[in-house]
Amino acid sequence: MLQLQDLHVSYGAIKALKGITIEVKQGEVVTLIGANGAGKTTTLRTITGLLTPKQGKVLFEGKDISGTPTHKVVAQGICMSPEGRGVFANLSVEENLELGAYLASDPARIKSDLEKVFALFPRLKERLKQISGTLSGGEQQMVAIGRAMMARPRLLLLDEPSLGLAPLVVKSIFQAIDEINKAGTTVLLVEQNAHTALKHSHRAYVLETGTIVLEGSSEELAADKRVREAYLGE
Amino acid sequence: MELFLQQLINGIVQGSIYALIALGYTMVYGVLRLINFAHGDVFMLGAFIGFYTANLLGISQPSVGALILVMTVSMAGSAAVGLVIERFAYRPVRKFSRLTSLITAIGVSLLLEYAAQFVFGATPKSFPTIFETQNISLFGNVTISNDSILIIIVSIFLMVMLNLIVFKTKLGKAMRAVSFNLDVAKLMGINTDFIIAFTFALGSALAAAAGILYSVHFTKIDPLMGLLIGLKAFVAAVLGGIGNITGAVLGGLLLGIAEIMVSGYISSSYKDVFAFLILILVLIVKPAGLLGSAAQEKV
Amino acid sequence: MNTLLRILAWLGASIVAVTIVESILKSLKNYQIMGSDIITDYGLNIICLMGISISLAVSLQLINGYTGQFSLGHAGFMAVGGYVAAFITKSTLTGANPPDQSLLGTLPVYIFALCAGALAAAIAGLIVGIPSLRLKGDYLAIVTLGFGEIIRLVIENIEAVGGPRGYIGIPKFPKWTWLSAGGFEGTFSSLSWIFLFIIITIIVVHNIVESSFGRSLVAIRDNEIAAEAMGIDTSFYKVLAFTISAALAGFAGGLYAHLYGQLVPNTFNFVRSVEIIIMIVFGGMGSITGAVLGAIILTGLPEWLRIMAGLRSDSLPSWINKSLGYLPDLRMIIYSSLLILIMLVRPQGILGNYEFSLSKLLGKSSKNLPKTTEEKKA
Repeated sequence: MLQLQDLHVSYGAIKALKGITIEVKQGEVVTLIGANGAGKTTTLRTITGLLTPKQGKVLFEGKDISGTPTHKVVAQGICMSPEGRGVFANLSVEENLELGAYLASDPARIKSDLEKVFALFPRLKERLKQISGTLSGGEQQMVAIGRAMMARPRLLLLDEPSLGLAPLVVKSIFQAIDEINKAGTTVLLVEQNAHTALKHSHRAYVLETGTIVLEGSSEELAADKRVREAYLGE
Repeated sequence: MELFLQQLINGIVQGSIYALIALGYTMVYGVLRLINFAHGDVFMLGAFIGFYTANLLGISQPSVGALILVMTVSMAGSAAVGLVIERFAYRPVRKFSRLTSLITAIGVSLLLEYAAQFVFGATPKSFPTIFETQNISLFGNVTISNDSILIIIVSIFLMVMLNLIVFKTKLGKAMRAVSFNLDVAKLMGINTDFIIAFTFALGSALAAAAGILYSVHFTKIDPLMGLLIGLKAFVAAVLGGIGNITGAVLGGLLLGIAEIMVSGYISSSYKDVFAFLILILVLIVKPAGLLGSAAQEKV
Repeated sequence: MNTLLRILAWLGASIVAVTIVESILKSLKNYQIMGSDIITDYGLNIICLMGISISLAVSLQLINGYTGQFSLGHAGFMAVGGYVAAFITKSTLTGANPPDQSLLGTLPVYIFALCAGALAAAIAGLIVGIPSLRLKGDYLAIVTLGFGEIIRLVIENIEAVGGPRGYIGIPKFPKWTWLSAGGFEGTFSSLSWIFLFIIITIIVVHNIVESSFGRSLVAIRDNEIAAEAMGIDTSFYKVLAFTISAALAGFAGGLYAHLYGQLVPNTFNFVRSVEIIIMIVFGGMGSITGAVLGAIILTGLPEWLRIMAGLRSDSLPSWINKSLGYLPDLRMIIYSSLLILIMLVRPQGILGNYEFSLSKLLGKSSKNLPKTTEEKKA
């Protein structure tokens, strides 16, 4: 479904990605783990067109989308829940979710999608009219993921959904991610929390300073000595 | 007391014009974090477009229809000018630092002023009478002219319309999203270039409306008329809290009233000093303005 | 002691050099090539104006180019210096008991007046700088613009210096002759004052930039937070640079006042500040050479345009003649279009931060200055 081929991205003179190749197949949850500054967020930003690669291709369903403006990438079915949650803190929960469905025009569809989000995160229904900036961190994460789902993405990109959240909240967020995937959405997940990410994904890539150093099924990687030492704290 | 009331009325009229222009500054700052120096000159262009429209159409009889027609043409023309400025001057430098954008804006402002001097001539022109003005006595010696009433009514109408657009439409929601975070707005599928252009058009149209109202009221227009008024309207936007629409209206009215009071009770030669003092005080003491929230300058 | 001697030697050599240059320029006035004057009074005047622009641009470069603090109020400091210096010379030299108008009688008055003007501008710079420099970017630009306008508006309200109509009857620099032999006349007048001041400004700014103080300024420009973390007292350095820059602008204002013999408040509005900014932006932010180049080209622009307009002739098509005729009126339009164009194409200015140096020209070791932020981004 999504293929990154030999992707190079730089910020000025700093090379953030030095030729990475990644594949995400239909129906999978793929996770990208790595330390701070390894290039995880850069990868997602390049897929969505917020950054343009120096070299290499981003193929979505066989079509090269590198350099496509972000709003057109979104229209093709790729949605991203940005790092640090990125909710519009000045808008209400409802307005945030409606913005997720910005490209949809059918009110009935928006309404039914809204119900699906509420089924996923019942808490949001209670908070609907609240200004998002006043929500707890976990609730904001729910808004961010729910908002991405409002666009009915075929590929969902999640940037550090567990960042700064209590373990219990992380658990419920990842349960939601499992459900989203079961309902048919392919997921590319970027995480520092390797332990949880490997448990909730099919395959994984390990990114270190802009290069892929390891890849394989999540089970294999969770058992790998290097991964255990470097990322699972053993 | 009568003097005070008279001053208050004059202040509200002056303040309404500031408020209409301040709205454009504040909206553009909201979406681009750019002080659009050229905004005051769009106000000037609005007045000149009105001047030529009225003359070309040969409007000889003042009427409400003529006013609406002239204002509509001027707003549309200025919106187009705003779009051109955004597309060819500001958009290409967006990728550079904010200071580059600021210098570009100063350049655009000077270009409009001096090109206008070259094309229209530097001497002030008399704005055609498209609206019959007469004074209405309220009580005692307090009077209000009907064009002052017009200014207040049109300003309120346009501000209500703007509020509806920003807070009740999908486009408005997208504008607010862009002003909060450009990248996240893009991730919603919002064509942010379009939203930014739309914001410029909207702000420019409001400035043009202010230009027409100003010209009807003060009757003289010249190519540099936007310079000081533009700066003052910017002060108003900062005072209210730049990026905040209600703040711009509040700031405009406060500045207008304060300025008329200063010239009435202290000295008219110090009213401009007063405006700049407000600007400096607000920026140094409370950069977020009266209604603004978070600090603007991010690292 | 050694440095003091060196400075005095430099100063002495500069004075001799500039008076010789002035004398040569003035004696060229007597000669003609193909029936037209090589140098006219008008031409000398333009050269003086260019000199004042150079001083203003180089001094603004210190704060805008090297420290990265965008100030839009330079004309205000120039006005302060000009008015203070003019007030002193006018009241001393034309007052009730004017000193004898000889070199020794008047020179101390001019020196004192110019220095007092610079000091007043420095104090104004301090008053503006301390509160303003806590702000960054466009907010700083706007606040300095506001201060500059306030300075102008306050001057407009002081009747003692003529109010909005302007301050007239300021004594001009007299002509002092120090050598007269064999048809050659060595003179020291406005041109020499200005040349001398350009040299002083460039030496001051250059030495600051090359010192550890200057490196701190560049560090502040490139990354203020990192500079602070390295232990640089950023507010102190910013205010100091701002004050020095204002003092130099004030001195230039004094020269301007005594060159023309009159000052009009409206000439010090923010468009004037913008003109100085255009010079450094045009030449290159963070380059003294660029500031000098920008000042010369842009101050001379009206003259270049007039010269081009003079190319009209019967052999050219009429539309070309017509366009050429418009050129002198287009000065500000060309100015502003140029500014926009540079921002679109080369925001770091024509020279970027390149510096002309003799040693570089002769192939000796060259210094690598840190790159400007714009260049890094590009």
